[in-house]
Amino acid sequence: MASRPAHFDVLIIGAGPAGIAAACCASESGARVGLLDNNPQIGGQIWRGESQHPSHIEAREWLQKFASAKIEFLASTEVIDHLEPGRLVVQSVGMQSGDDVRELTYRNLILCTGARELFLPFPGWTLPNVMGAGGLQALVKSGLPIADKKVIVAGTGPLLLAVAAHLREHGAEVRLIAEQAPRHRLARFALSLAFERAKLAQAFAIRRQLSSVPYKTSCWPIRATGEGKLETVFLRTGAHTWQESCDYLACGFHLVPNTELAALIGCELRGGFVQVDDSQRTSIAGVFAAGELTGIGGVEASIGEGQIAGYAATDRSGSTASLLPQKQRLDHFASLLKRTFALRDELRSLPDSETLVCRCEDVKFARIRNHSSWRDSKLHTRCGMGPCQGRICGAATEFLLGWRADSVRPPVFAAPVQVLAIAGSSQSQPDLVSHEEFR
Amino acid sequence: MPDTITVNVNGTAVSVPSGTTALAAILIAGAPSVRRSVGGSPRGPLCAMGVCFECRATVNHRRHSRTCQILCTPEMDIRTGEQVDG
Amino acid sequence: MKLPVYEVLIIGAGIVGAACAAACAREGLEVGIVEADIVGGGATAAGMGHLVVMDDSEAQFALTRYSQTLWRRLSEQLPADVEYDGCGTIWVASDADEMSAVVQKKQFYESRGVPAQILDSHQLHEVEQSLREGLPGGLLVPEDAVIYAPCAARFLVEQAQSRGAQLHCPRVVTEIAPDGVRLNDGSSIVAQSIVVAAGTWSTRLFPGIDVRPRKGHLLITDRYPGFVRHQLVELGYLKSAHSFISESVAFNIQPRKTGQMLLGSSRQFDKDSSEVDHPMLARMISRAEEFIPNLSRLSAIRTWTGFRAATPDKLPLVGPVPGHENLFLATGHEGLGITTSLGTAELLLNQLLRRETEIPAAPYLPGRVYEGVHA
Repeated sequence: MASRPAHFDVLIIGAGPAGIAAACCASESGARVGLLDNNPQIGGQIWRGESQHPSHIEAREWLQKFASAKIEFLASTEVIDHLEPGRLVVQSVGMQSGDDVRELTYRNLILCTGARELFLPFPGWTLPNVMGAGGLQALVKSGLPIADKKVIVAGTGPLLLAVAAHLREHGAEVRLIAEQAPRHRLARFALSLAFERAKLAQAFAIRRQLSSVPYKTSCWPIRATGEGKLETVFLRTGAHTWQESCDYLACGFHLVPNTELAALIGCELRGGFVQVDDSQRTSIAGVFAAGELTGIGGVEASIGEGQIAGYAATDRSGSTASLLPQKQRLDHFASLLKRTFALRDELRSLPDSETLVCRCEDVKFARIRNHSSWRDSKLHTRCGMGPCQGRICGAATEFLLGWRADSVRPPVFAAPVQVLAIAGSSQSQPDLVSHEEFR
Repeated sequence: MPDTITVNVNGTAVSVPSGTTALAAILIAGAPSVRRSVGGSPRGPLCAMGVCFECRATVNHRRHSRTCQILCTPEMDIRTGEQVDG
Repeated sequence: MKLPVYEVLIIGAGIVGAACAAACAREGLEVGIVEADIVGGGATAAGMGHLVVMDDSEAQFALTRYSQTLWRRLSEQLPADVEYDGCGTIWVASDADEMSAVVQKKQFYESRGVPAQILDSHQLHEVEQSLREGLPGGLLVPEDAVIYAPCAARFLVEQAQSRGAQLHCPRVVTEIAPDGVRLNDGSSIVAQSIVVAAGTWSTRLFPGIDVRPRKGHLLITDRYPGFVRHQLVELGYLKSAHSFISESVAFNIQPRKTGQMLLGSSRQFDKDSSEVDHPMLARMISRAEEFIPNLSRLSAIRTWTGFRAATPDKLPLVGPVPGHENLFLATGHEGLGITTSLGTAELLLNQLLRRETEIPAAPYLPGRVYEGVHA
């Protein structure tokens, strides 16, 4: 395997829209720019697959920019540890390249780690074929045939429509879109989009595609049943409950930011998001953040923030002046999203006593709900102790019980023990360390 | 990279388009579930983006691999039903 | 407001405080427990939960053996989440010198009624196939066990509560007064006797006592059932554990009932930060890899640290504080607090009731090091 560079002037974590924009802008200065992502291709979640089959104009433009810029892309690479300012330990996650561990050093770091879906526990949510909305879309993009499958898309957020449209395009029979937000808030949301021509056009295009799909507001799944896998979804709207048979339930309750790495580095968080100034600087010198981990604002905001961060990290903040008014407009959009898709209180009573909240350790809701805090529950019930490190149940219990997950310790993601040994050895070698398979 | 790749899922050869993840290959092969939870229940993927660890299986003898993050390569050996007594 | 009044007030609901509470409540005493954070959330959560008989000194042996017997007796009552597992310990020798130490260790244990079995190189590899080949052997101590200590602490607190004990949690004790304690919310709790079982926090209430925080690291893996079957500890652990000053690491791995592997151990003094110390963690792992090369391939899911209360003579402080008739210490257990919690509780209870215990209490009395301490 070819030895790869270890030092970057600007290192960007996450190759979604924010990371791509940051990398492109940073590279304009001639700085040595590295972009890494745990996926094999660039695009992140929202532009997954766009590098092979571009469909969005915006994605195509940025991917072209990226292709012509001098940026080193480290695919299938995951950050495991932050040793000290300027030093990260990463490992390859794909099997193709073997499993290697190495240290990367940087002058400036831009965190573009994005967001994941919020999953809320309800009876039956652990059945196979109950999936995230973005999750099912990602799976279809990575090879799952969906033609003629009956799918219910549920949860909340603008992602539901995009997912439904995508699944339909691939031949799925989308039986219903169940949006928990009430109609009046969605109407207000649509109205405020009237001034955003691009967003409105996009929304209309999607609506046209989905014209024959029932779209229910103030509606959410309350139970899923099936023998060994999903067969039936029970839904509620108002006092009315009914059931639908389907092959897949694609269900996500909007997004939660991926702040684990930022927290490990010590960046200040506020309200669960990484706090940044107008230049996307975090509280830690030399560390910037852009995109969804600073606030859920959508693709356009992510690109804008990525651009600002890319310029600021290469000491060309002057280039960001024209981007600031746009940033303010998009901040407004972010707060609009938040208001529109705020989760209704009824969702807190989705899990019953027997519902598993921690999917790694199979911990039932009844066991955790009387504990005083996340840590109390974790220590005494194992909730959050599994390999996902509480990423799924932590976000869920934050909504259900108002808990905050505890501090982040290495490894940022579960990783071979060896990674931590290498991470800490004082004469850390930037060279590759080969890693045999565990048998 | 050829257009299709043949991998082994639980000992059975399955051909998938190149660019398919190990997780999608497992589902294409018709495996009833990807893993068994610590309490013994069948599980499939949830997030499909490397976060939830529900898609863990044994890939090329490496246990606890997140199959949604792994692209199929020729002759890849994938074993589902990873289960441990809790 | 009426102040709660107890016969015994225990400060700290770690494993030691919890055991003291359970023992006192069992004898019908009116017990209160004050916990600043959560039950079993301090050093209790940063220990391995290894119930081990030690042979450092006669006093250490007496307390660990007595405690181990109490744990074995209690084991049938323990709920499943305490994960009691009588897996035994294997003290692993890495060279001929250590192998001769194995023989001495066996004699020490056997002459005191503790079953122990020498494993030669072949037998060792037979029972623990993950260990590298070529190790000279080890000593199997089959009556040692492991538990998950935070749940054990909670079980003991609940036992005490079922016999009338009251838990005040979370409440921080700011001051010990002649008639009880003052809390950070301005309230007071009145008690006839007070037991300080607050681990390294004890020094905040008794600035004069020589208990130093000793930092330790732990790492836990995903599930690999059968990867190791006994708690494996390098015999050299005894050498490294003796030092009160230097930093050290030792190979120490434990199979959890879940199939996870829990890896220790490190010792550092004079560290304020609870952050994971990367070089220390790396040294700890490298040491373990010398015994188990395949360990490096297991998936690590979490690392964490904790502070244990260490005393200069490596024996806990259990008993009345000289000059303070109704003030008792139950701290300074360092890495053995989980094992010795039950024995400590019996010693303490009997001192409160002015009774004799099955083992001599003198070696652990605070008076051995302090002529007088001012609270």
